[in-house]
Amino acid sequence: MTYEAPVLEVEDLHLHFPLKRTLFDAIQRKQKRIVKALNGVSLEVKRGETLGIVGESGCGKSTLARCLARLYEADAGKIHYDGQEVAAKDAAALREYNRKVQMMFQDPYSSLNPRMTVRQVLSEALRVHNMRPPEQINDRIAELLDLVRLPQDAADKLPYEFSGGQRQRIAIARALSVEPEVLVADELVSALDVSVQAQVVNLLLELQDKLDLTILFVAHDLRLVRHVSHRVAVIYLGTIVEIGDSEQLFNAPKHPYSKALLAAAPSLDPDKRHTRPSISGELPSPLNVPKGCAFHARCPHASGQCQSETPRLRALDELGKVACHHAEALLSA
Amino acid sequence: MSSLSYLVSRLLQIIPTFLLVMVVIFLLVRMLPGDPAIAMADAKATEAQLELIRQKLGLNEPLVMQFFYFVKNTLSGDMGTSILLKAPVLEVIIERIPVTAFLTLYAVCLSILIAGPLAFVAALNKNGGLDIAIRSGFQVGLSTPVFYIGLLLLTFLAASLRLFPVGGYGTTFLQHLHHLMLPALTVALYTSAIIMRNLRSAVIEVLDADYVQFARSKGLSRSVILGRHVLRNAMISTVTLLGLSIGNLMSGTLVTETVFAVPGLGRLMLEAIFARDYPLIQGLTLTFAVMVSLVFLFTDMVQAWLDPRLRLS
Repeated sequence: MTYEAPVLEVEDLHLHFPLKRTLFDAIQRKQKRIVKALNGVSLEVKRGETLGIVGESGCGKSTLARCLARLYEADAGKIHYDGQEVAAKDAAALREYNRKVQMMFQDPYSSLNPRMTVRQVLSEALRVHNMRPPEQINDRIAELLDLVRLPQDAADKLPYEFSGGQRQRIAIARALSVEPEVLVADELVSALDVSVQAQVVNLLLELQDKLDLTILFVAHDLRLVRHVSHRVAVIYLGTIVEIGDSEQLFNAPKHPYSKALLAAAPSLDPDKRHTRPSISGELPSPLNVPKGCAFHARCPHASGQCQSETPRLRALDELGKVACHHAEALLSA
Repeated sequence: MSSLSYLVSRLLQIIPTFLLVMVVIFLLVRMLPGDPAIAMADAKATEAQLELIRQKLGLNEPLVMQFFYFVKNTLSGDMGTSILLKAPVLEVIIERIPVTAFLTLYAVCLSILIAGPLAFVAALNKNGGLDIAIRSGFQVGLSTPVFYIGLLLLTFLAASLRLFPVGGYGTTFLQHLHHLMLPALTVALYTSAIIMRNLRSAVIEVLDADYVQFARSKGLSRSVILGRHVLRNAMISTVTLLGLSIGNLMSGTLVTETVFAVPGLGRLMLEAIFARDYPLIQGLTLTFAVMVSLVFLFTDMVQAWLDPRLRLS
């Protein structure tokens, strides 16, 4: 695999969801509350790589995925595709971006319209982007079903006739139908049985090789992410705290949060089992993101600087970046 | 299961329903206090005359035999003679069915026309000013008694502004539309309030589904998304509700037809009740039951068409 210039570049992405102020709140003169889902996410995705995105539930993984697939419009920040900025003004470029970056969802039940057959789903996608002249659509559908290893008679069935794993493969076929370059897989397999997870993930990796795809793999299953990803980004309360080469990050995490997250994953080795929680406290509400380093309230190494100053994501070596004031000190300790 | 066998099996289910309805009607009438013979005869009738009537009506037979005759006669189209109108019950009812059917269908169409677009407007502006305005407007319609709305419409639109006639049915189709506008609107205001609320929340739910968000990101036009993806999936629960409320609508015709002097089944029912016209009450109840069952059958068919999962299970 050759690493070239980044295909997708995200710069300082912010996305806040203001909560509706109820009449009651207004009477009590409460402040308008805002869910800060993304607080300045920057990352680069290289062509042909798989970038894993991990973090606790509620940390903004899915929001980031949806932002990248443009299901949500970011409040601030820039997305560059192949060096070109993707701006809301240019409708044609947006359409092209929407074709090149395809999204796959977590829930295999709500991601397919229950009233449309697989053929209707796939041909709608093919027609919208004029991928094939009408007379070739059926051939293309047959090809796509082959690609995701579904039988040909699947085309005229409805989603409820399939299992969860098959539905996810339909979702993959739908994403592939428009010949995308980047796939955003938001918890693609977390709703599936472990054995089926392996099938779907291996299919995805195979397709990546065959079709030269770039994949953003959002998941909370760390071992799975390690298995599929070249690089991994750890996200905490809407910011990336560490990003880097997958093996290095899993073997020697640098950010205290990455360390805690990896330590929290259950171990298969009975001798290494421990009951002491590796991380204390709850994930703070995104309604009320702490000042300074978002992790300082739970971090065993926090200092005064961490409470006042937000750490920038900076490179420690050529393999990774980390957002921690004390990264060097922790490394040498 | 194919659509045809679904239809057949659903049709077969109607038979026990009708039998049950007939049992209930039969028992209800017999449980009512008072003697139908006395009601039929005039006040000066002697005991011998009453006995004759009882014999003629079969009231002296055992209950089981009476029920057997009742079912047999009903199936052969003989529902007895109306005491009030001195005419065969079946004839009287058949003559009035089109009026009530027209009124009900008219009201359903109006409810859909009112509720459908407004539900979408409300859902797309969820919790916005427009949404609140629409919902509170319907809340008023929902909480005001039907006859009161009817009287208000009569007073303003018919009596003062003279836009619509105050009653009657007319003879041509266009006259029907004109004459029944106010009664249909009266009932529709209530029904559309229920439909609007249900459809609104269904639309909001479907709008949130991943496949709709995906369709949006694909660049499908808004009308295609709303029509193909949202409406069809949101309609499923609303169709059930619509079927159920048609049942309500029919009982509502009792009031509306009386307020607006529409010569339909509802008003006939009221007249029959006041006159203690047992054969007519029996016949009308059965007719209403048949009509409601047919509406439910039709609802189920529409539902099976909308939701393919139902056809197979």
